[in-house]
Amino acid sequence: MANADFEGRVYPADAPYSVGREKIREFAVAVGAKHPAHHELVAARGLGYPDLVAPPTFAVVVAQRTESQYISDPEADIDFSRVVHADERFTHHRPIVAGDELTTVLHVDRVVSRGMISMVTTRCEIYAMPQQVEVPSPEAESPGEHVATVVSTLAIRGEDA
Amino acid sequence: MSRPDIATLSVGDVIGSRTVTFDRAALVRYAGASGDLNPIHWNDKFAKSAGLPGVIAHGMLTMGSVVGLVEDWAGDPGAVVDYQTRFTKPVEVPNPGTALIEVVGTVGVVDAEAGTVRVDLAVTVDGAKVLGRTQVLVRL
Repeated sequence: MANADFEGRVYPADAPYSVGREKIREFAVAVGAKHPAHHELVAARGLGYPDLVAPPTFAVVVAQRTESQYISDPEADIDFSRVVHADERFTHHRPIVAGDELTTVLHVDRVVSRGMISMVTTRCEIYAMPQQVEVPSPEAESPGEHVATVVSTLAIRGEDA
Repeated sequence: MSRPDIATLSVGDVIGSRTVTFDRAALVRYAGASGDLNPIHWNDKFAKSAGLPGVIAHGMLTMGSVVGLVEDWAGDPGAVVDYQTRFTKPVEVPNPGTALIEVVGTVGVVDAEAGTVRVDLAVTVDGAKVLGRTQVLVRL
């Protein structure tokens, strides 16, 4: 059973993820996203974006990397071979674009066990770090511009389920 | 690319449909692109030992692939401001062979004031629903 003590835990902002053009193209090919704004700079700029636009579920790459801090912690007691993805939600405050340097704050919102099933809900708050930091402002509490929120629920079956 | 005119949209309008196909190579490609290397998506022996009938597609591959219908209809992938789903049934991918995923998009909510439309996706394999409550909020 997933360790209920982790509920409410918040992890500090993690090391930046650099969004590359070729990564966006590779991910877009993998999900069959053919819209030219994922592939051609001219098309993306024509829609008013500074660079290639990531597909709507690209944030999962960033989120799963961050979630592993929790999921792969032996103390969390999550047997990955018994994990089934239950639901997923992406909220985009603005699209992710190539050139973004993203840092993520991970929240463990819910850890509930009923019978032989544990349900674990994580929330990744993804921020774009400022491109050039001038003099760091003392009141800057947030790691940057809020770009996306990714909420993911996993179901973990117990040994005999 | 032309954008849909929100004033002409009504709840129940079908925005389009398409068929998405996955073979084993597609799963390996997605595993590499996403970094999700869980062996239930490429190793039959492992998948069976985990109680599955065989290798299944990443839920996130299905979710990521079916939304293309909405992106292309909206004319701008950045128009997708919120996207959620529930993974209700695993998509088995035969070897050799392909899994065929049918996607139909229907207008669920029109909010002219906010300038947003919610498109609901019906996602099925052989008539059985594989994603539930699949809602895409689009800013037009």
